[in-house]
Amino acid sequence: MKKSTMWTIARWAILIVVLLAIYLPLILIMVYSFSGARSAGDTFGEFTFSQYANLFEDKKLLTATKNTIVVGVVSALIATLLGTTAAVGIHYMRRRWQTAVDTASQITVVNAEIVTAMGFFLLMLFLRDTVKLPVNFGLGWLIVAHTVITTPYVILTVSPRLKQLNPNLLEASMDLGAGAIRSLITVLLPQLAGAMVSGFALAFTLSLDDFVVTNINGTGVDTISTIVYDGLRNKLNPDIRALSTIIFVLVLGVLIVGNIIKNKRLQNEARKK
Amino acid sequence: MKRNRNKVFRPTAFSFPYLAVTLVFVIAPLVLVLVYAFRGQDGGFTFANFREVFTEKQNVMQLLQTVGIAALSTGICLLLAYPVAYVLASKPFNKWAILSLLFIIPMWINFVLRVFALKSLLEMMGIGKGYFAAVVGIVYDFFPYMLLPIYTVLSNLDKSYVEASADLGAGPVRTFFRVTLPLSVPGVVSGISMVFMPVFSSYAITKTMGDADTTVIGAKIASLFHQRSYGVGSALSFVLLVLVLIVMVVTNLLSRRTAKAPKGGKVA
Amino acid sequence: MAANDKTNDFEKIIELKNVSKSFDGKAVVKDLSLSIRRGQFVTLLGPSGCGKTTLLRMIAGFETPTSGEIYIGGVPMSSIPPYKRPVNTVFQKYALFPHLNVFKNIAFGLKLKRIADPTKPAKERYVTKQTVVDGKVRRERVKVSVEATRKLTKSEIADKVNRALKLVGLEDYGHRDVNSLSGGQQQRVAIARALVCEPKVLLLDEPLGALDLKMRKEMQIELKKMHEELGITFIFVTHDQEEALTMSDVVVVMNDGIIQQVAQPKKIYDEPQNAFVADFIGESNILTGIMEKDYTIRFLGKTLACVDKGFEKNERVDVIIRPEDIGISAGPGQGHFDGEVLTVVFKGTYYEMEVKAGDYEFTVQNQVEFQKGAAVSLTIAPDSIHIMKKLITINKFVGYVYDEETICFAEGDWEIPAQGFEKGDEVVVQIPFNAVELTDDEEDGVIGARVAQSVYKGTYYQVQVITDTYEDFYVDTADEWDMDDRVGIKIDPAKVLVDAYVAPEETADEEK
Repeated sequence: MKKSTMWTIARWAILIVVLLAIYLPLILIMVYSFSGARSAGDTFGEFTFSQYANLFEDKKLLTATKNTIVVGVVSALIATLLGTTAAVGIHYMRRRWQTAVDTASQITVVNAEIVTAMGFFLLMLFLRDTVKLPVNFGLGWLIVAHTVITTPYVILTVSPRLKQLNPNLLEASMDLGAGAIRSLITVLLPQLAGAMVSGFALAFTLSLDDFVVTNINGTGVDTISTIVYDGLRNKLNPDIRALSTIIFVLVLGVLIVGNIIKNKRLQNEARKK
Repeated sequence: MKRNRNKVFRPTAFSFPYLAVTLVFVIAPLVLVLVYAFRGQDGGFTFANFREVFTEKQNVMQLLQTVGIAALSTGICLLLAYPVAYVLASKPFNKWAILSLLFIIPMWINFVLRVFALKSLLEMMGIGKGYFAAVVGIVYDFFPYMLLPIYTVLSNLDKSYVEASADLGAGPVRTFFRVTLPLSVPGVVSGISMVFMPVFSSYAITKTMGDADTTVIGAKIASLFHQRSYGVGSALSFVLLVLVLIVMVVTNLLSRRTAKAPKGGKVA
Repeated sequence: MAANDKTNDFEKIIELKNVSKSFDGKAVVKDLSLSIRRGQFVTLLGPSGCGKTTLLRMIAGFETPTSGEIYIGGVPMSSIPPYKRPVNTVFQKYALFPHLNVFKNIAFGLKLKRIADPTKPAKERYVTKQTVVDGKVRRERVKVSVEATRKLTKSEIADKVNRALKLVGLEDYGHRDVNSLSGGQQQRVAIARALVCEPKVLLLDEPLGALDLKMRKEMQIELKKMHEELGITFIFVTHDQEEALTMSDVVVVMNDGIIQQVAQPKKIYDEPQNAFVADFIGESNILTGIMEKDYTIRFLGKTLACVDKGFEKNERVDVIIRPEDIGISAGPGQGHFDGEVLTVVFKGTYYEMEVKAGDYEFTVQNQVEFQKGAAVSLTIAPDSIHIMKKLITINKFVGYVYDEETICFAEGDWEIPAQGFEKGDEVVVQIPFNAVELTDDEEDGVIGARVAQSVYKGTYYQVQVITDTYEDFYVDTADEWDMDDRVGIKIDPAKVLVDAYVAPEETADEEK
């Protein structure tokens, strides 16, 4: 066999082995979501949709799902708004300030998640017990915490787009008689819309993915992360396989469709030029 | 006069809401961690919390074990991710965007769910809770975070470097070790920093896939806070904070040293 | 006198009083004062980073002066945001709004504009009035009647936009996507967008920089025409001296944040005020000479007659001679300087030749061609010799960092801390005159030099020394030094400024 053919086979082999390792567990769960077995890997038994049916009656799981989505959507919305305005402000700062603010915004990104989580925990204790504000752990606090940890990622998504823009756009608008806020809304935001959507998507997925901060600050509030974690430590509800399957399929679908749309648009742009 | 000047709006002011949020929800919590770490029962300044952290053998052992687990899983991640990234960035694989996407997709799936899926598979294969299962879990979880930065650097690598090397008579192996590998160091460094420190907090994996002896320091901090020993918990958090700083400085130095383009021309 | 001032004030549409601007402690505009008369076409001319764009941005309101005040139409501007100033700007890269078409881009400002509405009764409003009495600020609430205003109607806006489109020659382009336009067309839209707001002053920030040569020439003529038609004040920023000279009523030459000369184009060219202006405007031969006495100048070893006077005896001065003012003839011995032609380039209507005479290479322009290598003689008429005071306020050197404690320049290794720089970085070292110390023994200094000139300045001597590699150091010292003595040079590192060196062609204009 030719050396180059062997090399090609070897490269395919690497990819396939790793892909298998990545997807085998997911496939196992998906397959067993149609089985009544107590845990995946047991005797398959009869093909059934019973887990999916149970899922919609499982109050705890439904609440957790709802919480996850509420926290994700609300925090991502606020983070998008906060992060976009922040990115604009930072963009117009002098270099020295830019570096300072960028560094500050990276704190939660590079810090150990457990330390960030404990910081939020202590802050709530401080606000509630020392300052005596009428606040407490719960859904609202989770939204705040998720907003804070996802905003830097929105900034990271929006900033590069800002750098591509004509440096004088905002000034041109103000020069023509529009105030700062009107200029932001009528001139800058239309240019940033795409980046803001990406930023929102990133913030949303990060929020869905979060476990540590939620686990420590969501006293009494379950999300998918915490409920599955509890299940894994104690007794796992088989319905989770159905929920997982739905999530896998959703994520796979959204990403692949999104990617196809993106590629189409890139091709179109390339053709235009 | 001074008063009037405030009327002139600077676009910089758009960042003020975020700066306020950062001050209250990022800086203030860190200050609180510091305060709790150095405050004794009586409210005075003390090193007692740190003494407790470092005199209790279990804490030190767990800290060392965490570093061990983090280093081991980061190493395995790197050994797995680099070849995959290299293949994905090479011809003809780099033509199919969907292929690289397949490797990154797990990043978007809730990581506890992925732990659950992996745990089910390992149990089916007869691998129970333990050190091995926990490390496999961590590697499985963090693999995409190691892959993505390396892949990005490799696929953006200027092909002319490789061609130049081949042109100068270097074989593929020599080209890889002398050209490609050194140029991809920034991606590797970034990948390491995206895996190594996060492992410290990944008690969701060790608690579900590891045995009683396999644990990361994040679990200890969480349990300290659950037991309301905020002082010792904060002291331990502070130690972690210092570790984060050290890792950051080291990775910064590494990537700065390698990122510097070779300077040409003579100085006047 | 007082009455005279009043009329002048009315004439002055823009007045800058002692305006300074620094970014992060670095002065970009230094204590600059300037008046611009209503209706003039004024050009701010200077090399990259000279502060001209910063000056324009301060007038537009995008930057606030660190100190000083800007008046537009007699009103101080420090508290007025850009969107309330009676000026509009044409940006270097046009800054058209990409999501709006041509029509909407131009209509943008009109949609925000409010005009007086005589059909509605005036409103009464309270405002706080500030008066200064005996140095005390007194505030009082005053009732004033404010004219009722309204927005422009759709048809009024359409009218104005179409007229503006016509003015710039883009009648049928209203519906077009701005991204589909050529550079020249985008430029016209940008001008229309600014002019449609009917500003008192139009600010143009290197607007022709991105156009090709042909478009540039066309736009120059059109801008000039528009200026004549509209009668408003234009302030035009450029680094292109030809552009400045052909278009403007008044040229303001700037360098290092300081105005070098303000004058009509012809005067700037014919009578440059200093060596910088002479060098920047047109081509010049700049030499160092010694003013032996009034009307007598010595340079390149020859003593020539000139028309300047009023310098110190034996003062070292800049001698400036335009290439077209130098007479050239064949054979040695005919004129003042004998030389050899090094290069000849035909420039369309004349030949440009480099002639080496002694240590200096003259640039000479003449209708007559001399062959490369030909022996020639140069003649310089007295009124062609422009003498200027040496314009040096600080010793400036380009060097490189050897290590953290050492910077190399002028063939010396100087102990100057170079924090923040890497080994090998190129740096600009600025050494104030009072930071240099001369030593009697050459061995005591870092490098050796020869005393070239010593001028008594009333309380101290300003000494010029020349190193063995022909670098000049100026030194303020209490001691008198004898000409041609050998000395050593030392530097007080605490007073030295070290900056990163930026090659001139790479400098982005003005820091953002």
